[in-house]
Amino acid sequence: MKHRTFFWFFLPTGLAMLLFIALPLVSVIIQSTHAPHEAVFRTVENCGPFGCVEETTIDQEATRAIRDAEPLGRFVGLDIYLDRGHLAAQEVGEAWANRESIGDFLSRLGNLPFYRAMAFTLTYTFTVTPLLIVLGLMIALAVNTVTQRLKGFIIFFSLLPMIVTPLVGSLILFWMLDSRGVLGTFIQWAANDPDLSLKASTPLTWAMLIVYGIWSSAPFAFVVFYAGLQTLPQDQIEAAQIDGATRWQQVKYVIVPHLMPLVTFVALIQLMDNFRVLEPIIGFNAQAHATSLSWIILNDLGGETRQLSAASATSVMTILGVAILLTPVLIRTWRDFRSKT
Amino acid sequence: MFIKTITAASLIALAAPTLAMACEIGARVSVVGNEFPAIQTVGAGAQECEGGEVTTNLTADHQTINLPGMQGNPAEYTSAIIANSSIVALMNEDVIRPLGDLIEKHGKDLQPTQIITIGGEPMAVAFMANAQHLVYRADLLEEAGLDVPTTYEEMLEAAKTLREKGISENPVGGPYKAGWNLAQEFNNMFLGHGGTHFKDGTAEPNVNTPEGVATLEMMKALAEYMNPDYLTHDSNGTNAEFRAGNVALMHMWGSRAATMTDADGVPQEVVDGFAIAGPLTVGGGETPASTLWWDGFTVAKNIPDEEAEATFVALMHGIRPEILEDEETAKQAVWLIEGYKPTEAAKGVFAAAQSGTIPYPMLPYMGLLHTALGNELSDFMQGKESAEQALSDVEAAYTAAAKEQGFLK
Repeated sequence: MKHRTFFWFFLPTGLAMLLFIALPLVSVIIQSTHAPHEAVFRTVENCGPFGCVEETTIDQEATRAIRDAEPLGRFVGLDIYLDRGHLAAQEVGEAWANRESIGDFLSRLGNLPFYRAMAFTLTYTFTVTPLLIVLGLMIALAVNTVTQRLKGFIIFFSLLPMIVTPLVGSLILFWMLDSRGVLGTFIQWAANDPDLSLKASTPLTWAMLIVYGIWSSAPFAFVVFYAGLQTLPQDQIEAAQIDGATRWQQVKYVIVPHLMPLVTFVALIQLMDNFRVLEPIIGFNAQAHATSLSWIILNDLGGETRQLSAASATSVMTILGVAILLTPVLIRTWRDFRSKT
Repeated sequence: MFIKTITAASLIALAAPTLAMACEIGARVSVVGNEFPAIQTVGAGAQECEGGEVTTNLTADHQTINLPGMQGNPAEYTSAIIANSSIVALMNEDVIRPLGDLIEKHGKDLQPTQIITIGGEPMAVAFMANAQHLVYRADLLEEAGLDVPTTYEEMLEAAKTLREKGISENPVGGPYKAGWNLAQEFNNMFLGHGGTHFKDGTAEPNVNTPEGVATLEMMKALAEYMNPDYLTHDSNGTNAEFRAGNVALMHMWGSRAATMTDADGVPQEVVDGFAIAGPLTVGGGETPASTLWWDGFTVAKNIPDEEAEATFVALMHGIRPEILEDEETAKQAVWLIEGYKPTEAAKGVFAAAQSGTIPYPMLPYMGLLHTALGNELSDFMQGKESAEQALSDVEAAYTAAAKEQGFLK
């Protein structure tokens, strides 16, 4: 393609990316290095249906002057990134200096919101992603062998978890897993423990979220792999069969290598998605046991006093986190690409 | 339920021409607010006005949209219906206007107690009151030979007896969901213990105190008698437990008590045994372990005066004394409107107001402390850390947030 043609071809996409990706990114970064001005307080008497009390309020006259002079707020550099709500530099330093053992240090770290969120997010990402790829592949291989007549029905059925909106899906499961729900009662019966509650235990809540994550994302992997299977050259399979390869050997040496670029693709997308896990935490009301960076952002914005700067800093860290996670996969893809050309 | 709604709707439709007084407005009105029944009534009342378009956006997520929707100039929302906790966010950002002249011109129906003044300026018009108070099963207490508790200590004793006698496995309920609800339960119990959230007149937190520790210990003791999933139960979840007949004693919002047993499928013994009493005290204190709330409307600052006037007139129409003639409406809330006669369901909130319950603090930084409490207390409730550690975490989390917001140096 000529450069000129390419330029005009790319221009609309480029503009959209600039407008909807680059500019918001810049705005979030600027926001995360600024905080609201120091408030000027005055004591006033507030009255209402329950009588009068002396209370503090913000002196709007005095505050307005400062706000007008610097509408962005005060510049705080990386202070917000380093405060207790984020990287907690000071608290981590103290925890390290006062540690009794590595375990003690880690438990002190787990008491800080950012590290607590990271502990769950990383566990979730690195268990859900490989397991959903394996499960998706298994479903794809199974569906591929089903007779033509049943295929449509089974494909639809396998896609259901993805069709159901995540929030709704997790809410339905949340109710079913209640200690008085269908699944909850079954689990109590199976474990022979009438007091067992998935929602009251942190490890079980994590397991529940991880199983949900695999269940809801496996269809995506399945669809991609199933499409890939349709491009599988039949002669290679036949050749393998003539050589006496078992079904397992065919999968391992012919099918999986053929699907490898798709595995990379699914891994990329799912690493990104799972790192930003949010809906199951909300749907399962699991915030007492598990949080994620996205949950922290939502929580900062959803309180009665919105913490825009804190939310922005967490957003920037989420973007950095995704970038770090994807780097190995991207480097691998780049190498493959280079070796092919 | 469906048929009931239709009947109620057609009754209102039939009654409307006779009830509705003329309401003429001359400009646009746009209201944002919470979605519970009493506010729906006020919103529908405002929409009866003619001469200008009246739109309402009533949603449980109102507090995440009301501030952005009022910061623009002109503002999208001409009014936000808020409570004493959420007015603070609007005051902090200076997006609502003083109502003095509007009240003088159009507020003749208002009771003096309805007018919320901040530093002498009327900033909101309250129309209903709310508080948490005891809701219980009289039949189960009688079966166990127990008196109605008046303190949390008695509640614990009663819970123990109910469990030992096999009457109820998890007799205590409460909206203890981690987050806003859990923090609110802490606030109630903390004020009941005589605690104060901040050091006198400053934004310095003051919850890591003996009162704070006693508060957490009482909450943990109560939780022993709750459904093990209590950290996932908000008001709706707890009410479902009560309706299912699993709960015998709980502190619940007045605004939800009236309709508690109206839902479909509530067993007859729950309907018959359902009873309401005032809020409990704790730790030998006199102040009830509860907070008083009002709900009311504000008028946006960044709108033309005509729209402000139209908004005020329409909402005044929504809360005119005549709405109480409808029995269903009268039952929906503890109205602060002239002519309101407390229904049976309202006596809990009334008892709260009369027994010296402290109103939820209207302080610029209270929202941040509430958020910090909601995030940090669940570790203690799960037995992962000590009360002192949890409270010191709360203070640290609050301090970081308050520094960022410019409330602390």
